Amino acid sequence: MIAEFGSFALILALAFAVAQFGLSAGARIRRSTVLAAAGEGAAVASFACVAIAFACLLHAFITSDFSVANVAQNSHTEKPLLYKVAGAWGSHEGSILLWCLILTGYGAAAATLGRGLPKGLKALMVATQGALGTVFLAYTVFASNPLARLVGDKMPVEGASLNPLLQDPALAIHPPFLYSGYVGMSVVFSLAVAALIEGRVDAAWARWVRPWALAAWSFLTVGITLGAFWAYYELGWGGWWFWDPVENASFMPWLMATALLHSAIVTEKRGALAGWSLFLALGAFTFSMLGAFLVRSGVLTSVHSFAVDPKRGVLLLIILGVTAGSGFTLFAWRAPKLAPGGVFAPVSRESALVLNNVLLAAATTAVMLGTLYPLIREALTGAAISVGPGFFNIAFAPLMAVLAIILPAGPLLAWKRGDLQGVGQRLWVAALIAVGCGLLTYAFVSPRKALGALGIAIGVWLITGAAVEILERTRAFRVPAADSWRRLTGLPRGAWGMTLAHLGLGVFVLGACFELGWKAEAAEALPLGGSLNVAGYHLTLETVGPVDGPNFDAERAMIRVSKDGKPVCTGEPDRRFYPAGGQTISGIALCYRGASHLYMVLGERRRTTAGTPVWLIRAYWNPWASLIFLGPVIMALGGLTSLSDRRMRLGVARKRKQEQPA
Amino acid sequence: MSWLPKSPKARRRLTLVAVIAPVLALAVGLTLWGLRDSISFFYTPSQAAAAHPPAGRSVQLGGMVRMGSVAKHSDGRVEFVVADRTATDKVVFQGDLPDLFREGQGVVAVGAFREDGTFEAKQVLAKHDEKYMPPDLQKALKAQGEWRGDGSTPDYAKAQPAT
Repeated sequence: MIAEFGSFALILALAFAVAQFGLSAGARIRRSTVLAAAGEGAAVASFACVAIAFACLLHAFITSDFSVANVAQNSHTEKPLLYKVAGAWGSHEGSILLWCLILTGYGAAAATLGRGLPKGLKALMVATQGALGTVFLAYTVFASNPLARLVGDKMPVEGASLNPLLQDPALAIHPPFLYSGYVGMSVVFSLAVAALIEGRVDAAWARWVRPWALAAWSFLTVGITLGAFWAYYELGWGGWWFWDPVENASFMPWLMATALLHSAIVTEKRGALAGWSLFLALGAFTFSMLGAFLVRSGVLTSVHSFAVDPKRGVLLLIILGVTAGSGFTLFAWRAPKLAPGGVFAPVSRESALVLNNVLLAAATTAVMLGTLYPLIREALTGAAISVGPGFFNIAFAPLMAVLAIILPAGPLLAWKRGDLQGVGQRLWVAALIAVGCGLLTYAFVSPRKALGALGIAIGVWLITGAAVEILERTRAFRVPAADSWRRLTGLPRGAWGMTLAHLGLGVFVLGACFELGWKAEAAEALPLGGSLNVAGYHLTLETVGPVDGPNFDAERAMIRVSKDGKPVCTGEPDRRFYPAGGQTISGIALCYRGASHLYMVLGERRRTTAGTPVWLIRAYWNPWASLIFLGPVIMALGGLTSLSDRRMRLGVARKRKQEQPA
Repeated sequence: MSWLPKSPKARRRLTLVAVIAPVLALAVGLTLWGLRDSISFFYTPSQAAAAHPPAGRSVQLGGMVRMGSVAKHSDGRVEFVVADRTATDKVVFQGDLPDLFREGQGVVAVGAFREDGTFEAKQVLAKHDEKYMPPDLQKALKAQGEWRGDGSTPDYAKAQPAT
């Protein structure tokens, strides 16, 4: 009964989304406030209905209602509660419903929060959001209803359970974050479409786009980091980023959103780059949808691609084509009519931000090419190929290195006309420290890893650059300390946000380069009491015993780790067998040594020719690996700090009052 | 700087071109260079026999793991035979096999052929669940008319009598 109620709510949500589109579009054409209010009401109602449908799906998962096809295929009574809940978005149908929930949620938020927006622009934005809701809800209702009952078959006694690789806390909560990021770009997209139809892109528009872009970007950052962390400790390969198409699919909208955040500043402060900002706003959501299509359609080989029927892939491709196509057609038609923005000199903050955007766009293109090239090549020649991580390292890393090198100079340049000499005077100490750190690493840690040392220098450069930025703003050491303190506490949160984000990038680069350059690994088949060495640590396999998990049986090893004869820690990696799906998964053990990790994996049991059992033990030494995950968290915190800036909320209203005296 | 155009609009355009052109050149160069070295082709054993990729070139080898061919050595080395309808290749791999590696089922090995024709795998990918088959392998097997869609073991992947 509850499932039927949910299905009904879903159909109702679709009807409200259609109404939202129709009423809001009518409101813009007739310039009617009544219709506009009705459209906004429909947006909220649509969200409420999807929320009810989602609650019904959660209920079906929590109570293990196996008469619902989706639950039968993805849940199991013995699964812990968290994974029963996570199972709701662990399948194709459920994840699309989550997408719809967040999409209509953003739509309702934009409809209720956007009081300061010009009426026409707002009505168009709500209408576009309604159109997007219509498309995705129609897909859910007609092609992938998560609440559909099993037809024909008898209700199974037990479900098929969720893929054990996905039964993990970081992964359970990563889709909501990732989707909040992906779908947050829909508001940005709608605002861009609305601005194109209105034919006006000004500072107020850029200011209005920024909080949505910032929120989506912060969510996306957290989502990608959680995903990387999951891959790090669940896949047992010792790495955290594999340039897997699915990772790229989430990374491309992030790069676009990063570019948009920077170009929107130029549009807001100087009125320039309006067309480019619009293009990025359309592109960010297009890449989000492309990501959803790549991941969910099964065209790519990945843990995330479910075995779904190809009809759905084609439908998703059509949705992507129609939505992005109409957005960019509108752009091609209307953008040339936009008023040109302010003028700036070749050396200015605008130019630095343009360079940032060009580099980010080039990097996005490179990643996109590497991700889609196998698909294109196969469609053209029929030859199956794959593009390895080597491509991405060569095509992506140098562009990002150039970006990181110019980054600290950007915030120190003045708008309109900058002064390179002045920037040099402020940054030479930071540059000296960075080069010094790079040279020290090169000389003392390992002279063979020149690229690693360069990476360390860049990471230090970003961190010291962020510090210089704060020192400059507070005029530290040039005015009395009390004065500096007053300036420090008076800094706008937007400034803190930017500095935190740049600092986070530095922390990430430092961690990533150290980990990539100096990691060590060892693998050996060990009998009980046997030992192996990695990076100066001595690992002894003490015992291996059976463990009963909630929904798995496991073999768990106890590995004693010592260094120079002194005990350091014990690691307990296991190897789990999930009877529900018949799969075996390795559970790794991490031993934290400061910011570095000792990473241990228990392999399968084998027998030597003499008949004694041995276990394949793999151990990785991942120096400074914690920084890789800490950096993006700092970046996301920067985004949220900037989001909490008062200017974000009051700016538009104040500005509009000045503009509209009549 | 008299050679600069007079109108501020044209000047700005020139600035943009001056900024964008080198980055674009860098990106295109890097992309082409990167693609040259990191593309790996996918072959089944019979396709590999026909195409004959040079030793040491990174490729992917896909097929069925022949029943009874898997030999796990205590030093961590694994040997198995990958078969399609007409050809077989011997694969050696150092390390832990994926959790879903099974005899008689589909597998994709990433690595390179040695001079002696043995395939040295750097990575072995197996399907993620009972129903799933790597798309490339699925297509290649379908083209040979050997796709059954249900994950059952074809005859050529069954254990062969010792020769």
